[in-house]
Amino acid sequence: MKTALFAALIAFAPLPALAAMLAPGATAPDFTRAGLDGKPVSLSAARGKVVLLDFWASWCAPCIVELPHLADLKRRHAGRLEIIGVSMDDSKANTIDAMNRYPVDYPVLMGDLPLAKLYGGVLGLPEIYLIGRDGKVIKSWRGDFRGKELDSAIDGALRR
Amino acid sequence: MIRAFLAALLLAIVTPALAQPGSAPTIPQSVLIQPGELAAALKSGPKPVILQVGFKIMYDEAHIPGALYAGPAGKDDGIAALKMAAASIDKGNQVVIYCGCCPWEHCPNIAAAWRTLKDLGFTQLKVLYIANNFGADWAEKGLPVVHG
Repeated sequence: MKTALFAALIAFAPLPALAAMLAPGATAPDFTRAGLDGKPVSLSAARGKVVLLDFWASWCAPCIVELPHLADLKRRHAGRLEIIGVSMDDSKANTIDAMNRYPVDYPVLMGDLPLAKLYGGVLGLPEIYLIGRDGKVIKSWRGDFRGKELDSAIDGALRR
Repeated sequence: MIRAFLAALLLAIVTPALAQPGSAPTIPQSVLIQPGELAAALKSGPKPVILQVGFKIMYDEAHIPGALYAGPAGKDDGIAALKMAAASIDKGNQVVIYCGCCPWEHCPNIAAAWRTLKDLGFTQLKVLYIANNFGADWAEKGLPVVHG
């Protein structure tokens, strides 16, 4: 009885805050989801390469702005940098429409609540993680897109 | 240099297209409420009705205790959901709306929601000013949230 009461209190009590975004040095949690093309996409498959994990959505203007930049990064660092796009759209059709307008040559998958929670809660977009070859977070950004800062951090990660 | 220019150009094109109608900066300062003010109001006194007018996955991740989900007001079906939620609220009640999906000036929902409720005749309407996003300006400041 006491256990049930305690569980109910935990479930319905307001929580002070979600855990914040993953800190530098934290291991980036692995995940596998089907990409928009139906093929499986997992973080662990990119181990050994620098990875950019981009949470975005079609309704987010700064996210759309970053897409051509990310596509260009992928081309410039081909074979050394992997990019995984995670769409936080409620509708897959909206994501596909955005991809048709702003095509990228890296895998994009539909995000979900468990995946967002793995990364501490995606409570604002865009949210980008730069992950090192060892699978640990190097740096993260949330909010307005900062292209030069991102470029510089990627260059640094590739030199490591 | 060229990439920065192209990014700025794309933002100028994309932002109005995604943030119809109007944009958050058009909301008068007089109706804005700061996160700290709202958090204090939730602790004492009569609690306002709070409506989250953003995206469902973000509401499910975390929202202000007591907040109702009213749909993304930047879209037609979101406006319809907002009107449905508003139908059961007395127009004289204190109502606070918020989104926090993106930086304030890029939010596609908040201005449309404010305009809709204002046009419906809500007289005690406030808009929560979230400068960056709900994570940075609310949850990570230790202000209360509930999940699901």
